[in-house]
Amino acid sequence: MPSLGADMDEGTLVEWLVTRGAEVARGDVIAVVETAKSTIEVECFESGTVTEFLIEPGTTVAVGTPLAVIAPAGPTPAPGPPVPLPVPAEAVPAEAVPATPLVRHQAAVEGVSLQAVHGTGRGGRIRRADVAEAARSGPARVIASPLARRLAESLGVDLSTVRGTGSRGAVKADDVRAAAGTGGGKPARRGAVGEPAGPRPAATQTPAARPAGDRLAIARLMSRAKREIPHYYLSTTVDLAAALEWMHRRNSTLPVTERLVPAALLLKAVARAAREVPELNGHWREDRFVPAAGVRLGTAVSLRGGGLVAPALADVDRMPLADVMAAMKDLVLRARRGRLRASETADPTLTVTNLGDQGVESVLGVIYPPQVAMVGLGRVTDRPVAVDGMLAVHPTVTATLSADHRASDGATGARFLTALDRLLQHPEDL
Amino acid sequence: MTHDEALAMIRAVIEEAVPGADLAAVPPDEPFRERLEMDSLDFLTFVELLGGRTGLALPEQDYGALATLDGCADYVASRTGGPPAAPS
Repeated sequence: MPSLGADMDEGTLVEWLVTRGAEVARGDVIAVVETAKSTIEVECFESGTVTEFLIEPGTTVAVGTPLAVIAPAGPTPAPGPPVPLPVPAEAVPAEAVPATPLVRHQAAVEGVSLQAVHGTGRGGRIRRADVAEAARSGPARVIASPLARRLAESLGVDLSTVRGTGSRGAVKADDVRAAAGTGGGKPARRGAVGEPAGPRPAATQTPAARPAGDRLAIARLMSRAKREIPHYYLSTTVDLAAALEWMHRRNSTLPVTERLVPAALLLKAVARAAREVPELNGHWREDRFVPAAGVRLGTAVSLRGGGLVAPALADVDRMPLADVMAAMKDLVLRARRGRLRASETADPTLTVTNLGDQGVESVLGVIYPPQVAMVGLGRVTDRPVAVDGMLAVHPTVTATLSADHRASDGATGARFLTALDRLLQHPEDL
Repeated sequence: MTHDEALAMIRAVIEEAVPGADLAAVPPDEPFRERLEMDSLDFLTFVELLGGRTGLALPEQDYGALATLDGCADYVASRTGGPPAAPS
């Protein structure tokens, strides 16, 4: 179970996307994991053959727990043909209930606890027919992820009435939100950094309801940030006339699919500024600042069901703008559909929060530990500016920097915002 | 395409761009972006889908005409050979 964020200590395997015996390469998406905050596609760290699954879908395990065994590809004895199911019970991690992985799998599918099943096989071993029998006769048990269960509890939703859209009908967090009316009714309120969660419109919510899992995860991380990080804040207003004029001119000749939005220019400029001021791009670990090798720009995305994720865009500073735009669209879309990849949630080196679309002029963010800075972008808005001694009205944006005073001083932060301003005055070079 | 046909298509396109959007709560003559909390990427997705559906180029300078449901419907109807909206 990989760590999919600084605040994650356990995760639930939702489904395997490969089968036993499958050849996998480093970087392949092989499983889906649900954390307290979101659903994430997990990529493989190794290349080879999947020889064994150690964890079944629906199981919650601590970060660091092995999920599967992958035999390395190479000159070592070929792993042979895919191992057929069922396998001998000896291959299964020792457990009290004798059952093959196939049977366990089926039990998970049917929502049957194996402990409650009477085995009619040799030595009391549980067979598939036993599970099927138990599923027919036993009380229905709903398969649901822990996030979904917590949400259901806080929203007052009866899980057994929720239609699961997950693997094998498992109830996912989104299903609960939909059932509670937060997804299907009025547009869901969007949470954002530093903004308290609005009350959820669930009619049955009780005053004593605990915050949902994703809210709790944000609460823990933000509390830690404010407890440990001595923030300092800087702010500057950037004239975007040149950048936006350039962008509109470019967009006028392009089909919709290739047009840019201002956020793409802003992200690229932030990433370039981060490369110029490496003192703000990295992590605070064990009482010292560790600069990062590249820029992985965390992009705070508010989710339609409420809550927030900040997946990382790698190497934005080196990408052409069209690619930045495409990557940003793809990332936001997948974040909102709950399908991020593990490599995207792994520690960003600097995070940007863009509340411009929410209508605010500026945002002073809370730093995500162990990062040492957070860039805040407000709404792009027309303001009076002095140009060559004359008053003019230009589109502008207020860019802010929250930075960790342990890792840097105000002068460093000022250099960053100055670089950002300068880069945005030359959009053609971005 | 008539105004009403265009309106129905536009509603469908918005629902595709912003799953779960509560269009019933949006008066046809009010800007829907704010109502539905659509950010710039949501709006771009909407324009992209609308362009795909209608074959219109939808240049950026026309975005202003696409602020309300009625505005969108008039825009699409008038450019796809339909009659303008009947005065109501």
